[in-house]
Amino acid sequence: MKLRAALLGAVAVLGFAPAAFAERGADGEVKLTFPQAVSIVNPYLSGGTKDILAAAMVLEPLAVVDPDGVLVPRLAVEIPTMENGGISEDMTSITWKLQPGLLWSDGTPVTADDAVFTWQYCTHPEGGCSQATKYEGVASVEAVDASTIKVTFAAPKPNPYTAFVSGLSPLLQKAQFEACLGAAAPTCTDANNMPIGTGPFMVTGFTVNDTVSMTANPNYRDPAKPAFATAVIKGGGDAEGSARAVMETGEFDYAWNTQIPPDSQAAMAAAGKGQFVVAFGTLVERIEMNTTDPSPALPEGERATAKHPHPILSDIKVRTALSKAIDRTILVEVGYGAGGRPTCNVIPGPEAWASDNEGCIAQDMPGAMALLDEAGWTDSDGDGIRDKDGKKLSLLYQTTVNPIRQDFQALIKDWWTELGVEVELKAIDPGVFFGGDPGSPDTFQKFYADVEMYANNSDNPDPETYLGQYQCKNAPSPETQWQGENINRFCDPAYDALHAELTQTTDIAKRQEIAKKLNDMVTKDSMTVIPLVHRGTLSAHSNSLGGVQINAWDMETWNVADWFRVK
Amino acid sequence: MLTFTLRRLLLAIPTLLVISLVIFLLVDLAPGSPMSEIPLTVPPDVRQRMIEALGADQPVFVRYVLWLRQFFWVEPAYLFDSWFGTTLAEGEQRILSWQSRSPVFTIIGQRLPQTLTVIGTAYLVGILIALPIGIYSAYRQYSLFDQGGTLFAMIGFSVPTFFSGTLFIIIFAVWLGWFPTKYDTQLNVTDWDSFVKQIKQMALPVMTLGLANAAAISRYMRSSMLDNMTMDYVRTARAKGMSERTVVLKHVLRNSLIPVVTVIALGIPSIFGGAIITENLFGVNGIGAALIGAIHASDLPMVQTLAFIFAVLIVLFNLIADILYGFLDPRIRYD
Repeated sequence: MKLRAALLGAVAVLGFAPAAFAERGADGEVKLTFPQAVSIVNPYLSGGTKDILAAAMVLEPLAVVDPDGVLVPRLAVEIPTMENGGISEDMTSITWKLQPGLLWSDGTPVTADDAVFTWQYCTHPEGGCSQATKYEGVASVEAVDASTIKVTFAAPKPNPYTAFVSGLSPLLQKAQFEACLGAAAPTCTDANNMPIGTGPFMVTGFTVNDTVSMTANPNYRDPAKPAFATAVIKGGGDAEGSARAVMETGEFDYAWNTQIPPDSQAAMAAAGKGQFVVAFGTLVERIEMNTTDPSPALPEGERATAKHPHPILSDIKVRTALSKAIDRTILVEVGYGAGGRPTCNVIPGPEAWASDNEGCIAQDMPGAMALLDEAGWTDSDGDGIRDKDGKKLSLLYQTTVNPIRQDFQALIKDWWTELGVEVELKAIDPGVFFGGDPGSPDTFQKFYADVEMYANNSDNPDPETYLGQYQCKNAPSPETQWQGENINRFCDPAYDALHAELTQTTDIAKRQEIAKKLNDMVTKDSMTVIPLVHRGTLSAHSNSLGGVQINAWDMETWNVADWFRVK
Repeated sequence: MLTFTLRRLLLAIPTLLVISLVIFLLVDLAPGSPMSEIPLTVPPDVRQRMIEALGADQPVFVRYVLWLRQFFWVEPAYLFDSWFGTTLAEGEQRILSWQSRSPVFTIIGQRLPQTLTVIGTAYLVGILIALPIGIYSAYRQYSLFDQGGTLFAMIGFSVPTFFSGTLFIIIFAVWLGWFPTKYDTQLNVTDWDSFVKQIKQMALPVMTLGLANAAAISRYMRSSMLDNMTMDYVRTARAKGMSERTVVLKHVLRNSLIPVVTVIALGIPSIFGGAIITENLFGVNGIGAALIGAIHASDLPMVQTLAFIFAVLIVLFNLIADILYGFLDPRIRYD
């Protein structure tokens, strides 16, 4: 796989040379296909990545994150730092400078007022903005002059690159969205579907949940870009169909999210019309251990709460044994192929932030058995299932309905059964599992099971917010209407204290060190989370499409201005 | 006949109201949340605010009454406005999809043409294939042709469209490269070339659905023909010295068509309903694909409105089938 990455890199580098001589619109049409269709082109009202990928071709932030996790300026002149005076000494404000002469696609100038408006738009209490976290802790955004934006925070902010950074929080045009503040936001259908942007393309046609048609923005700041005159995003179908349309029939140039079984990957790659590209972010498929007792015998309101510790999984030896019995390499081979790799970390990247924890990769069945024996779980009645004090070692293992997850469940069930653990499997509709409805017993937050499997990731290369999930106060419970990200109800005062330290630390090396420690506390030290597979985003592009640089830290379409037709 | 029609139409009003309430409650009781597609990185309080912005936290009866008002007053008023330039619906909230925040009727308007062309053509093709097969199979019962027809019908019946569709894609698109696998909804038919393109992209979905439709209708046609072939009037016609052609195509066929026409009429609402699987498979942005997408995203207003429109169509076409029956068979008249 390393070789493959190197080859892809070589292709990309070779591809760049002709791009320099191209002129805007010389390469005709670029066609993209997404398994889920685009519903809206306004990232602030969007429900998913599919919409934001389309929006990122039209709307731009002040800075984006490149494939290496490094910030690069987009609409800004440079990245503000403490050194260049862009960030105040007390870390309570950051000042961005807009590039001179920027124009919206309708020809009007981009000003700092647009940024101020964007902040007001997303933070309006009735607007229901889905990117509100990007503006969390922001006390005010001011236009110092027409091209200077000053963001002031309520408290010192060691990581101030949230507002107006990445495809998740681009600038909106004030003139277009002025009437769409707050409760009026969803009613502005035209603005939401055809936003005026500064990006390489502008939307010319939009059919909901089907097709977005775009043409090159005549006012784009680089007169030679984009190389394509038009772009089309066709949505719908499934991952297999999208991959086929690029890799086998060649109807499309780029397919996002083509996560298909490894054998299909190989068969499609053999057709020779395109290639799969993969980017590893922080997405980790994991098994979460319930530290509380989900027994249905407990009264509603106490079930799966901190009042009753889990009768089996409270013992770290059991948790460790369950982890040791799993062969993560086989899981990757079966489920993800090139799109995954085994991991023992909750924070698997960027590299500088990832712990060197690799102890779980090799399967250790005898070690796992020894641990269970040691913990007092033995098969006293000879039925193949371990027991202790008359209680059977029996677990309910739930996840969402998804073919790969069901394969994983079957494999892991086999290993655990070999270990002498009785496993009952359950698969829940993803809409219910992730729906968060407090009335449903099947949400992942409620966790009415012993272990559950899903994937989660950090939306920022800096994992401060992400690691904040495991603080005691974030445990879902009846008091919080079963909302909260601390699914395991993990609670360690030392963890909370260390996380508080992280929020105060500015030195980057020190931050990375703390993040690694926090990662280890929930994984190898306590075995609360059993990471399985570090999942990449697998996409496909045709051999005739050049300039693609897949990006796990920002939108995959982040550099669509540089895409071109290989001649 | 007129009083019968009027009575049926009046009776349809309470029926449809009850249906709308039942659909609304069922859709509302279904598990799932409109926030389930939002990445996990969005914290719970932000989710809560998004749900409030959608109005999804209102009690179910408030939402039902609001929807009734929007469906029966605001939307027709809006349509009226757009035709006559009046301002009846000004400032009124239309039914908005939770997923896309676009008016539901705009989405339906965008999608209906695709569904009608693709699914409608498939239905037509299905009928055109089915009728001759059914007629000839019955006329030559247990012949080689009849056996072949039965095999064809069995395959059409029992092979699900997600399988036959994928099979057609692999044969005709991947191996032979004749047809595209994804339907281009932006294609405008303006000249011969674009017309050929349109035919090509319609080929695979129409083939897939036509097979399934033809299978069902050919069986109805065959059995209805068989029933009539042994009737006394057929023997009389033959005894009068009429040609076989006249006997079969004039006497038997006309009488056999009565139940088949009913079946075909009752199938028409399903054209509007689209074909969920086939549309998804080939990327035809029809009503069926919209419905399944909305169900996945727990987009209640969209699911509710679509389901209700289907209910209206089914009630309507039941009535039409009954009236047609009266026209085709003078013995059955509702007077």
